[in-house]
Amino acid sequence: MDIAPILAALKRQKTAAALIAIEIALSCAIICNVLFLITHRLERSHVPSGVAEDELVYIRTAGIGASGEDDPMVRAKEDLGALSSLPGVKSATIVNQIPFGHSSWNTGVKLAPDQQHTSANVGAYYADEHLLDTFGLKLIAGRGFLPDEFLNFEDVLKGKVDPPSAVIITKTMATRLFGNEDAIGKSIYLDDTKPTRVVGIVEHLVRPNFGSDLIDADTSMLLPVRLSLGYGQFVLRTDPANRDALIAAAKKKLKSVSPNRIVLSADKLSDTRSKYFKQDRVMAGLLIAVVVSLLIVTALGIVGLASFWVQRRRRQIGIRRALGATRAQILHYFQTENFLIVTVGIALGMLGAYAISGWLMQQYELPRLPFFYLPIGALALWALGQLAVLAPALRAASVPPATATRTV
Amino acid sequence: MFAYYVQLGWRGLRQGPGLTALMVLAIAVGIGASMTTLTVMHLLSGDPLPGRSAHLFYAQVDSDPSPHRADRAPLDMLDYRSAVDLWSAHRAERQALIVNSTVKVRASDAGRSAEMAPMLSTTASFFAMFDVPFRYGGAWQTEDDTDRARVAVISSALNQRLFGGVNSVGRIVRLRDADVRIVGVLAPWRPSPLFYDVRAGRFSQGDTADFYRAPEDVYTPFETGIEINDGNFLPFTCWASQPSPGHLQSAPCVWVGLWVELANDVQVARYRQFLDDYAKQQQSLGRFVYTGTRLQTLMQWLDFNHVVPSDVRLQSWLAFAFLAVCLCNTIGLLLAKFLRRSGEFGLRRALGASRRAVFAQCLVESAAIGLLGGIGGWLLTLAGLWLIRRQPAAYADLAHLDAGMLVFTFVLALLTSLLAGLLPALRASRVAPAMQLKAL
Repeated sequence: MDIAPILAALKRQKTAAALIAIEIALSCAIICNVLFLITHRLERSHVPSGVAEDELVYIRTAGIGASGEDDPMVRAKEDLGALSSLPGVKSATIVNQIPFGHSSWNTGVKLAPDQQHTSANVGAYYADEHLLDTFGLKLIAGRGFLPDEFLNFEDVLKGKVDPPSAVIITKTMATRLFGNEDAIGKSIYLDDTKPTRVVGIVEHLVRPNFGSDLIDADTSMLLPVRLSLGYGQFVLRTDPANRDALIAAAKKKLKSVSPNRIVLSADKLSDTRSKYFKQDRVMAGLLIAVVVSLLIVTALGIVGLASFWVQRRRRQIGIRRALGATRAQILHYFQTENFLIVTVGIALGMLGAYAISGWLMQQYELPRLPFFYLPIGALALWALGQLAVLAPALRAASVPPATATRTV
Repeated sequence: MFAYYVQLGWRGLRQGPGLTALMVLAIAVGIGASMTTLTVMHLLSGDPLPGRSAHLFYAQVDSDPSPHRADRAPLDMLDYRSAVDLWSAHRAERQALIVNSTVKVRASDAGRSAEMAPMLSTTASFFAMFDVPFRYGGAWQTEDDTDRARVAVISSALNQRLFGGVNSVGRIVRLRDADVRIVGVLAPWRPSPLFYDVRAGRFSQGDTADFYRAPEDVYTPFETGIEINDGNFLPFTCWASQPSPGHLQSAPCVWVGLWVELANDVQVARYRQFLDDYAKQQQSLGRFVYTGTRLQTLMQWLDFNHVVPSDVRLQSWLAFAFLAVCLCNTIGLLLAKFLRRSGEFGLRRALGASRRAVFAQCLVESAAIGLLGGIGGWLLTLAGLWLIRRQPAAYADLAHLDAGMLVFTFVLALLTSLLAGLLPALRASRVAPAMQLKAL
């Protein structure tokens, strides 16, 4: 196809061609970045939790009377015993926080006692002897906690005891702190006094609450601390089919142990996860709607202008047809013209996409737009342009040669 | 003349209804998207106390002695002793201490089961300072603060739940294990954001929707609340372990907020001096290591905490980029529409219409498209806000279109269409009459 005559014709309608190019450029810049935002959101909502999500339910309670009435450690043990005896419970634990539970306990850890600033901020799960089994965590190196390593939370809170002697960390946290070295046996410091030794590594364990950084989301550890009532929530493991019945039974059981208690919340962990990411799903849906609307608006704009051009050039097309141009040649003329304009738009749009990406990185702490989004955006717009111009171009191709002989 | 343009414009719109519909649709969608997000932005970034907020200040001192912190600045809240010291000095016209907790609530004379409700323990001036509206009764007296009186103010929502909405002033409500007399019931009150409880925003990575939650259900005098709910207070942060958890008066923790009202610059300068002097005095007493202080106005404090959720800001930018694409689109289509009618414009010019007249006619036609697009945009905005109200965010129930934003919808639609019409109208008015007449 000879593009020289097309360029010559375009020069005579610079404004309209420029408008389409600008529209394509804007769409391209926005679509590349929005597609990236969508995948980023969806990626976040697929973060592995590391726990047996489909088998867990949790119960949070409050209001068991004034503190100091009886020993909250004993109360926790009683409640846990009552819950474990419910039918269908495979394992039960009391823990300070749950994945996707929003309320989070975080601790700064150091690699040396005299270090000025902490090496990492870590989500700290306080685990009793049943936690590994109940959560269904996958221990990939080292061991679980030994019975003499457990501390009582009330003692920890009052600062009566040294920091725990052992810790189990996630693989992500091990890599973050120790690189490729074997983390087992290494020490971390929770305060300036005594070291805490890494005794085990679990594959994944997500924090209750995290931002867009997925490395940070998986930076958690387990400390051997038995929770007391008031600070802990109960997590029970059961068959997926038994979960609803178990929640009802557990509420009833806890009420019968202490009637004054209020159940703050109780839910299946899979539902908790789904709720946690609801905002992300809404946002992703909204972004998809934006991309689709942009494509539609842009396509309609191209259809409108192309139809106008075809109508204006009816006579010119008629003359070309009369001089021997085939229908296919007329069709290709408009298709090529569209391709050229869209290409200019895409080139501008890619620059724009990088500019927007730079701004997003500053404002929203997002990573830079990966390169492969650019060809995806370009292909989408090329296809869109060709699709939009097809109908007007076909109409142009069907202009009869006899038009040339008429005055209009 | 204008009426004539309108008539011509109307005729122009009906010529090529497809193209007209396309333009109206493009403007409607662009306006709908922009106005939906702009309304949310407007609601979330607005001044919760217009006219008053410039006189309200959040006071901070640096009571944390630990040297490890990378950013040496006062923590977001105060320790108990500093808060009470600063408050007792009465150096501001009005001042309010605040501390949050969750408390078990029961109506003592009803068979209803108990519930956990958010409680704010504060001082008597709180209600006047923040223009809190009352439905029944009023605030407690200043003496009640010092006397630790067992009194409370409850929200209209809690009054509805516990007493079916009747005047419950004088009735007794049971907070944890204590009976408290109700002295006031609030009218429905929904400040946006819940400004006096805003803190820690800069650590929340843009996820700040929770700042827009509803206000507390129970309000008690500061010391009364601390006494009743002892053991259930959570610190904002601590720099050492707590000797008795939940009981924070002597703990190395910050957990109390202090708001002060200062009428003019002189008072502000004086209060700053007072804070600095206090910090230095505490340093010489050995209680403070650092003497940093901070006094920010309400709006500065909200900015400092980045209260507008980053998702909302992102949506606004996106909507306006979208509007820009729609604008581009409309320019192109208007250009096609006007140039298609070059013959008509040529004829009008030949019959004596000035360039200006043709230009004005085209702009009137663009404005008509804008108006139609505005109506569509308004309907889409209502639909968009309806969708937002179904989102799981804490601010969802706030999303309504007020009169100002309704007017702005049409202003924006008109502006967009006039801006889009400018270039095509200019081109149309430049049509050479002779050329077009030849072609006719």
